[in-house]
Amino acid sequence: MPPFEENLMPAWLLKPNPISARFLFLAGLLAVWEIASVAGLMSRFIVPPPSEIFPTIALLFTDYDLTGSFLRTFGETFAAAGLGALGGMLGGWWLHHNRVAGKAYTDWVAAIAAAPLVLLFPLFLVIFGRNAATIVAMGTVASLPPVVLKTKEGLDNVRSVLVDVGRTFGLTRWQQVKMIMFPASLPTIFTGLRLGLVFALINVVGVEYLIGFGGMGLLIAELGDRFEIAGMYAAILFVILTSICFFYLTEKLETWLLSAR
Amino acid sequence: MVAVGQMNEARRARRLRVSSVTTYRVVALVLVFASWEIAGASGLFFRGVIPSTVLIAQAFVRLFGDPAFYTHFAITLFEIVVGFVIGSSIGVIVGLALGINRFTGEVFEPMLHYLASTPKVVFLPILLILFGIGVGSKISLGAMSCFFPMALSVAAGVRTINPMFLRVGQSLNLSLGNRIRKIYIPALTPPIATGLRLGFGIATVGCLMSEIKLSNHGLGYAAMQSYNRFDIPTMLALLLVIFTLAGLGNYLIGRLVRLPGPTNRRVTALPPR
Repeated sequence: MPPFEENLMPAWLLKPNPISARFLFLAGLLAVWEIASVAGLMSRFIVPPPSEIFPTIALLFTDYDLTGSFLRTFGETFAAAGLGALGGMLGGWWLHHNRVAGKAYTDWVAAIAAAPLVLLFPLFLVIFGRNAATIVAMGTVASLPPVVLKTKEGLDNVRSVLVDVGRTFGLTRWQQVKMIMFPASLPTIFTGLRLGLVFALINVVGVEYLIGFGGMGLLIAELGDRFEIAGMYAAILFVILTSICFFYLTEKLETWLLSAR
Repeated sequence: MVAVGQMNEARRARRLRVSSVTTYRVVALVLVFASWEIAGASGLFFRGVIPSTVLIAQAFVRLFGDPAFYTHFAITLFEIVVGFVIGSSIGVIVGLALGINRFTGEVFEPMLHYLASTPKVVFLPILLILFGIGVGSKISLGAMSCFFPMALSVAAGVRTINPMFLRVGQSLNLSLGNRIRKIYIPALTPPIATGLRLGFGIATVGCLMSEIKLSNHGLGYAAMQSYNRFDIPTMLALLLVIFTLAGLGNYLIGRLVRLPGPTNRRVTALPPR
């Protein structure tokens, strides 16, 4: 039985909870920001107070078609990630299947994955023009390498005993792929798909902002160019929040897939 | 005799494999080169969109003879290096703070983790308002970009340090500064190296994206100027210079952190946890 005095203390003070502490920190940060901006310690023109920024998010939906921008960006992202997934899985399968090709090209794919691919956008701009094709192409280029690498890794690491069992049951090559290779390597492939999706989103928003075309990236660029500072902050905040939700959900899906293995 | 025969067989197989790998690589390079030339000459694209490799080589020669190129190159290099140094230094300090104190890590690391995955270029309008269109906004985006991989890498690395070393430090009554210098930093060389390599690439992207968006100097600006003039060979030559710079930086950092100094020897002697 704990002493009587201890029971009088709130539980969160006895054992601080990281989640409560995180929200407390964020609330404190917003309060300091608000006070500093309102008191004139920071220029309201450069850093508007949160009380001006948050209501502007609602205005973005009504006056700037934020829903349309959001759907356009995510449409481009999923198109790019879908193309990247298709090409990447085929590429990964080929590098796994053809050992010499795997030895010859895997390092190259890893080097391409580490390269600043987004800087290639002027090349795509001259080929496709200033339209959605350039944005989707850039997203696809960025999402390909992780999918190729993770598909190859997943297929390479399928336990040989599983393949042998398939052989003893007389499975055809296609049945082996469908019933053994693919399910066994799915969690690793999914990691690649998730990374591909994340890279595609980052590149899509980046290229939208740079070329001034598309969805949320364009919206931020337009608001910045018009010096609608509170609106620009609100749009940036919205992009950050949606990115965080997106990554959180895909990460949870990956964890669930790994645990269900 | 049998063993010698097997060894020769294995050596022959390895040689055959190496030559096949080389053949595959040469074939890929020839295919890329031929596809580029055929696509350029096919008439499928607007004239000049895919210039011949000869024109790109000539643009390279022109570029290296132009004094303005060296000015752009020096400015971009300065922005990347300064942004990289600032971002990675703050990243190491924050990573240590998050890794050493478990509760601080639990509170702040998820926020850093999710912020790290957002497109940093969206912060550029704010940085442009704060620092103007000069080198300040480029350096700050570069620093912000490389801060995240470094902080997260160091924080994760701190948690993999063998607790025995920390207990030895405690029993020797080392101060926090001494513990950081004598235990944490030597043991953290591999995660710092990973963070540096990742951070350099991302800092390069950050600086160049800001130059491309709004600037009046640097390689990104020069590439966009060539694009606006429809001087595609020069634009491609500049892009190749940028990619070479990023690759070279990554390679040099990789070499630097692998140098067999006394610090690294200590690190390799650490037993796996």
